[in-house]
Parts: sequence; structure tokens; C-alpha cells
Amino acid sequence: MYKYDEYDQAMVDARVEEFRDQTRRRLAGELTEDQFKPLRLMNGLYLQLHAYMLRVAIPYGTLNSQQMNMLGHIARKYDRGYGHFTTRQNIQYNWIKLEDAPDILADLSTVEMHAIQTSGNCIRNISSDQFAGAAADEITDPRPWAELLRQWSSFHPEFSYLPRKFKIAVIASDEDRAAMRLHDIGIQLIHNDAGKLGAKFFVGGGMGRTPMIGPEIRDFVPADELIHYAEACLRVYNRYGRRDNKYKARIKILVHELGKDEYTRQVEEEFAHMKTLGLNPPVAELARITEFFPDPAYDTTANDELDLTDPDFRIWVEQNTHPHKQAGYAIANISLKPTGGIPGDASADQIDLMADLAKEYSFDELRVTHAQNIVLPHVKKSELYALWQKLDDAGLAPANLDLISDMIACPGLDYCSLANARSIPVAQKIGQRFSDIGRQKELGELKLKISGCINACGHHHAGHIGILGVDRKGVENYQLSLGGSGAEDVSLAKITGPGFDEDGIVDAVEKVTDVYLRDREGDERFVDTYRRIGMVPFKEALYD
Amino acid sequence: MNLLTGNDLKTGDVIWWAGDKGWSLHVADAADAGDEGEAILAREEAARRVNASYIVAAEATGKGPMPLHIKERVRASGPTVRTDLAINTDIPIVNA
Ligand code: SF4
Repeated sequence: MYKYDEYDQAMVDARVEEFRDQTRRRLAGELTEDQFKPLRLMNGLYLQLHAYMLRVAIPYGTLNSQQMNMLGHIARKYDRGYGHFTTRQNIQYNWIKLEDAPDILADLSTVEMHAIQTSGNCIRNISSDQFAGAAADEITDPRPWAELLRQWSSFHPEFSYLPRKFKIAVIASDEDRAAMRLHDIGIQLIHNDAGKLGAKFFVGGGMGRTPMIGPEIRDFVPADELIHYAEACLRVYNRYGRRDNKYKARIKILVHELGKDEYTRQVEEEFAHMKTLGLNPPVAELARITEFFPDPAYDTTANDELDLTDPDFRIWVEQNTHPHKQAGYAIANISLKPTGGIPGDASADQIDLMADLAKEYSFDELRVTHAQNIVLPHVKKSELYALWQKLDDAGLAPANLDLISDMIACPGLDYCSLANARSIPVAQKIGQRFSDIGRQKELGELKLKISGCINACGHHHAGHIGILGVDRKGVENYQLSLGGSGAEDVSLAKITGPGFDEDGIVDAVEKVTDVYLRDREGDERFVDTYRRIGMVPFKEALYD
Repeated sequence: MNLLTGNDLKTGDVIWWAGDKGWSLHVADAADAGDEGEAILAREEAARRVNASYIVAAEATGKGPMPLHIKERVRASGPTVRTDLAINTDIPIVNA
């Protein structure tokens, strides 16, 4: 894992002290809320529906156990005993007191964490593949690149006041586990025909009220020019992005309005200019960063066989583990989606336990996924059973990864001041309706995603089944959509028709799964059947 | 009726203006501000007794003043999915 150098640490510590003074001045009445609000937002502190909410950055979703323990400590000491892992691989605390916020940031700083750039019109936390460094199918570990982008984008003076927020994802495999093409910039690391490492750039993706899939604008940027190219993409956006209309200010609108070709032309022109300035970080810097991400000291003699005689363990292994690049090891997914639970929530005790388990079984490493789960990336297969038993004892072993109950749900109207409707109760009711694991496995991979408003933090546009909460004359109503995907088969879901009330949407989800079971062919997933048969059979089941 | 609400500056708690009694965590204590809302809020914000305040339309019910909009009812209640953390679990969230 990357370790802060003296500059990183000094910058974060200075920011904590600056915010301590700003908070003191606000509490003393020297700053008005209008003056203070942008300052607290720059430090990830929102005022939400019930209290202040602090969003803590987890760079590319990677944590060590000490950092995870700190997240548990904050939940216990300053919040109400839990935290919420988000679709941006971050964690949010819902019950923060303003007077505690500087102390929390100081505590975070002791473990090289912060909440900087988790809000505002700047480059947000860089996201990546949660299996980075462990996946059998990656061509390289994307995290050194994500870290390079993090350093480049942190406090970047030119990009601190962009037209709107900006999200970048980096992956290094053909399987997209990070919804890469639904980011403002999606970067896929690849080898070209000559075997040289570089990146494909996709620009102008996003969800929100105008969802778009980012088009590819460059099929190969040499690795040592990656930052230059990203900078050129941002410069064109910063210059021409719409600042007059918040709803048209994201880069996706610029790329769409200019057209991909014209936007690309401008980026290439800027890129050619950038290259004359010699601003790209030296190759030695990437080499320095890469040294922080060595492979762990695997036991190369580890047994690759697993004893699956315990049927519950077998189900969990089948569903929640993923192939590791090292024989004898597996990637273990910890689902934060118990039946009837709150997607992404974990108690302080669970957070601490996951930290302890990472230390014991996964070379001290954890990952947060955009699907609001936790990953232990490097677990010896021979130790999986012991790990599973400990997870099970703590309610952390739902065997439902990528099944219908492994839902993404945003906080919705239970916590979020922008919400139109509650997301979590809908997730809970669907989870209960489909609680039988046999039934879930029969339905197979089915990504259900729920947002409480058009901002789409719950990725409903990318759901095989998507649900959007809307306000219909003061009453919660839920629109159903089908056919989305955030993976390598990326697509945007389409609305089925009129919305449903809270119970009606649960019935509607059941009806569309019945259509799938009736009409599927071979080993088609739900989304495959939808793509083959189209919307009509689903509409008939829902509305006739 | 018009209620006044906002957050406690230090703690962030949702609070309701309760007339002479100051600010309360409980919507049941809320007082009708009539047409005086803007003036009261300007005074209270300046004294830092409330933060991010605004006026909420409400109706008188058997359970006391009740905001009309679901969002304000959730604020008055606390998260409906964590009733252990809620402040007033008997608030009807969905306006019957
Ligand atoms: S989608 Fe809307 S309701 Fe949900 S967290 Fe985002 S802003 Fe809030």
C-alpha cells in the first residue's frame, strides 16, 4: 500500500489545523454559514437530513487494518456506532457533531486518511477495481496509476473549481468491476500490439439526471503520458464546460454537445501543447509509487484444493469468492447485505472484526467495493473455512454476491436531504421477499440498484433492474427500469412505464423475475433475456 | 400553520422553534410562527441558536403540529430504518 511521504502528511496535517480554525470561527460567530459552508464541504462535511455527515475518502477503495480500525473507532467514538460504505468506495458517517469534526480529521490523519475532495466541484476520490492486485484477469495492478492520479489531482490548483464534480476510474482488466464507463473519465490500462503498457480513455460517462456511457476517445495513450492526457481532457472541460447551468455542467454534456470527435480534436490539440511543457510526472515517480504495491509474500506451496463438505460453506465459496492470480489463494467478498439489512452499513464492531480478519487472513489488506461490500483480497484457500466461520458468527457471511439481494441502495430519504423517496425500506422489502437463497441462486446474477432521487448515487441506470424513487405530489413513488449494466457490457436501463408505490414496486420486481424464469434460454442471465426478448413481455406482466 | 426548523449549529441535531421555550428536538413542541417566520429566523440565525433554518408548512393534528411534507416528517422522526436512533417513532411518515 502507498505510504505518505513527508509532503503528503504535512499537507493533510495543515488542512486539519486550517479546518480546526475555520470551525472555531464558525462556532464563535466570526463566519456565517454562507462563508463556512464551502469550507466544510471541502473537508467532506455535509449538513444532511438529521445531522452533519462526514464522507471520508478511501483512495481506490484500498485500506489496511489500522485504517479500518480507525473507521471503527470513529463510528464508535464520534458517531452512533456504525458507518455507511458508499458506491464511490468511501465511507459516510451520519451523526457527526461540528465541534468534533476537526478531531475526527486529526484522528484520520494519524492513519494517512482524510476527507479532502470528497465534496465540491473538484476531482473526487479516484476509484478502481476492488480486486486490483489480486485478480487473475488483470494485466497489471491499476493502483499505482490510481495513486499517481490521486497525487496529481489532490489540491490541483487548476482543477479545484471545475464546472462540476469530476470522477475518474482506473481498471486493468477487460472485466469492468468499477463501472468505469459511467465515470467522467474512465481509464482502462492495456497493452498495445507491441506489448507496450498504456491506457484507453473513455470520457463523458456518468449517471445522474442525464445518464451517458463514456465514448472511447483514444485507444492508446502511452503509460508515461497518461497524466498529460488526463490533464488535457480536464483543461478542455474546464474551459468550455457549462458553468451557467448546474444540470448541464458535467463533462458528459460537453462531450455530447460538442460531439465526441470535436471534443477529442480539442483534447488532442491541448495534449500536443501540454507535451511541449514537460509537466508529466517523471517516470521515476511512478516507479517510486509502484514500489509501494508489491505482491504480498504468498506461500507458493499453498494448497489449491478446498474441502467443501460443509454445504453452507460451499454456497458461500461458490458465490462470494473470486479467482486469485496466485494458486492456493482466493479473493473473499464480505457481503454487507444481510436479509432485511441496510445495504452498505456496518457496525463499529463489524468494522473492527473485518480489520482483524484482514490482518489474520489477508496480508493486512481490505477493499471497499462500489457495490457497498468489503473484500479481503488475498486469502489462503486453506484458511477460507476458518475465515467464513468467523464472518458467519458476526452476521457477515451472506452468500449473495451479485444475486438479487446484493443490492446497491443509496441512503435515500432516510438520511439524504436531496432525496425524493426512501431507498432503504424498498431494499429491505425486496431482500425479504427473495430471502430464500435457493430462489436467489435460481435467478442467478441479477444486479438491482436503487436511488432515492435523480442524482443516481444508487446507480439505478446501471441496474439489470433499476429503481428510482420520485416524489409524486408529496407521495413516494418508484419507477422501475430494466436492462442496465455498469460492467463491460455497459448499458443504460429503460423505464418500464408508470411507477409503483412501496409495496407495488416489490411486487413489480417479482413479476419481472417471473418473466425471466419463464422465458430464459440456456444459461442466460436476467439482463441477457431482457436484451433478447425486449421490454414488451415485461410490460405485459407489469401493466396488463 | 408554519413551523420553523433547522439544525443545531454545534451538534447538527434537527430542531424546531418552540416559541418562548426556544428550540426543541421534538416537533410536538413546535409553535406556529404565523407570518413572522422570516423575522424570527433572521434573529435566531444571527444569535447562532439555529443553523440552515427554514419555514415548514404544517397542520395541527391530535399528535400536535405535523409537517405536511414527507421529508419534514422524516426529519422530525429520525431514520425510519433505524427506529433505535429515531427521536419520535410515532410520527406517521406517510401522510394518510
Ligand atoms: S441518489 Fe439522491 S437520495 Fe440517493 S444519496 Fe444520491 S442525492 Fe441522496
